[in-house]
Amino acid sequence: MKSFWQRFLGNPRVIIGLGWLAVVVIVAIFANVLSPRDPFSIVATPFIRPSSAFLLGTDSLGRDVLAGLMHGARTTLLIAVLATLVAFAFGTLIGAIAGYYGGIVDDVLMRLTEFFQTIPSFLFAIVLIAVLSPSALNLVIAISVVSWPPITRVVRAEVLSVKSREFVQAAVVAGQRDSAILLTQVLPNTLSPLIVTGSLLVATAILVESALSFLGLGAPNQMSWGFMIGAGRSFLRDAWWLVTVPGVAILLTVLSINLVGEGLNDALNPRLADL
Amino acid sequence: MAAGTGLGRYVIRRLLQTIPVVLGVVILNFLLLQLAPGDLATVLAGEAGGAPKEYIDALRQRFGQDQPVYVQLFNYLRNLLVLDLGYSFRQSAPVLDLLLKRLGPTLLLMGATLVASLFVGVAMGLLAALWVRTWKDHVISVAAIIFYATPLFWIGLMLILVFSIKLDWLPTSGMEDVVAFHEGFARVVDIGRHLVLPTITLSMFYLALYARLMRASMLEQRGLDYVTTARAKGLTERQIVSRHMFRNALLPVVTMAGIQFGSLLGGSVVVESVFAWPGLGQLAYQSLFARDFNLLLGIFFLSACLVVIVNLVVDVIYVLLDPRIRIG
Repeated sequence: MKSFWQRFLGNPRVIIGLGWLAVVVIVAIFANVLSPRDPFSIVATPFIRPSSAFLLGTDSLGRDVLAGLMHGARTTLLIAVLATLVAFAFGTLIGAIAGYYGGIVDDVLMRLTEFFQTIPSFLFAIVLIAVLSPSALNLVIAISVVSWPPITRVVRAEVLSVKSREFVQAAVVAGQRDSAILLTQVLPNTLSPLIVTGSLLVATAILVESALSFLGLGAPNQMSWGFMIGAGRSFLRDAWWLVTVPGVAILLTVLSINLVGEGLNDALNPRLADL
Repeated sequence: MAAGTGLGRYVIRRLLQTIPVVLGVVILNFLLLQLAPGDLATVLAGEAGGAPKEYIDALRQRFGQDQPVYVQLFNYLRNLLVLDLGYSFRQSAPVLDLLLKRLGPTLLLMGATLVASLFVGVAMGLLAALWVRTWKDHVISVAAIIFYATPLFWIGLMLILVFSIKLDWLPTSGMEDVVAFHEGFARVVDIGRHLVLPTITLSMFYLALYARLMRASMLEQRGLDYVTTARAKGLTERQIVSRHMFRNALLPVVTMAGIQFGSLLGGSVVVESVFAWPGLGQLAYQSLFARDFNLLLGIFFLSACLVVIVNLVVDVIYVLLDPRIRIG
């Protein structure tokens, strides 16, 4: 039997995904170094085609598309990752409490989870941002509010299967407090399916963030990929690169995260990898 | 047990189960309205170019906004019970009228997308499973992974760029050519031509989802006992696949299609705004920027109700498709 890392890194799809993600993350972190100027600043005449001077051309106001792309990577990734972390924390809390205590607590919390899974989530995110007003913080709130239910379900199912095991019983007998048992005994054992779900959630969060920014509900004064597409759509006829370039960036990034997430899943559950 | 009454009782029980969800959406809507900056009275006063405080107070009294919150919630619930969704002061029309006018185009787009994505997705998944581990399977699987990661609004714009702007085959926006005054069959063709690109756009993600699910589901069925039995009886592979495996493999896809309906409605907001499709999604987009919260929350309420109804219908279809599911 191969080790986890052999299975994970031996998968060519994972390597492709990790490669692109590494590029995006490095660009996002060093955006200010790679392109020190404000991405909203006007650097040349409008609508210059991709050329040696401006690798990805300029937009309708003469802003550098490449600079926008680099700073956009930062905004989009930051919001998506933060939103996923918040959803992760909240979903884990609810799922752990529901699974661990069971009974009426479980019933109430799961009805709540089902409720949030039933309502049209993207529309709910739009309504939330419209009411709260668009800002980076509210984007994080709206995206996490619509993405926690899957985490809750995974955690609850795992907690249910772990809690009757002997090491948990032993901790109960030893007199550990509930919170300590959950944190130190139960949750560490639910980690592997959570990592897979969480990684796929980042991809969804990027898509939601881009769609919201495209609709004009993104963080104001922050360059983001969705915003660039929204700003370029009126010039589709004459300046195809304004819409094409950021879209390809979103596609490749979401694709890479999905490839890595699936690779993780296959490596963690080798028995299911064939399906 | 008579099948009719059993099914009837099942539907009634499921209907009762939907009440808490609908009630939850109403309460959520009410809370969001409370959170929204500026109440109706200040908005109206602002529209009028300012008003004395007494006038605003009088307006609040008229709208019942001087009452305690729980009384307002009760009034809100009572209004919704008689389908009074409030008034859109931007569009100068009752919200319900506006919604009903836009419901048709959205349902048309949803229906076309549901049919297209299920049909193509199931076919892709089925073929991939039959050709498992060949290059054809790989091509289908890679296509599905790529479709799955494509932002809807972007692929919509790309399709417009290629098929409307460069090739000039299909219209860029709207639901019909209003200045052409098509009638009868010509109008149907016209609407059909306008429907092609939005449907493809909205279908991409879901057909990828269904294709992947169908493939996994078929491969799972392949190893089950009943397939071995069928083979032992001497049925051909074609018979086994078409009569036995296909139907069983379809069940999880039907479930998923029901689950995804809510997200389909969300996707239609984006797609309708890209293609200027005159449906609920575009209305949501417009109300967003007009800060018309009554209308926006009305759309949210109607969408949630649609999701609940569709889930109910899917459950009933499920029972009809698979008699093993007890409905006692």
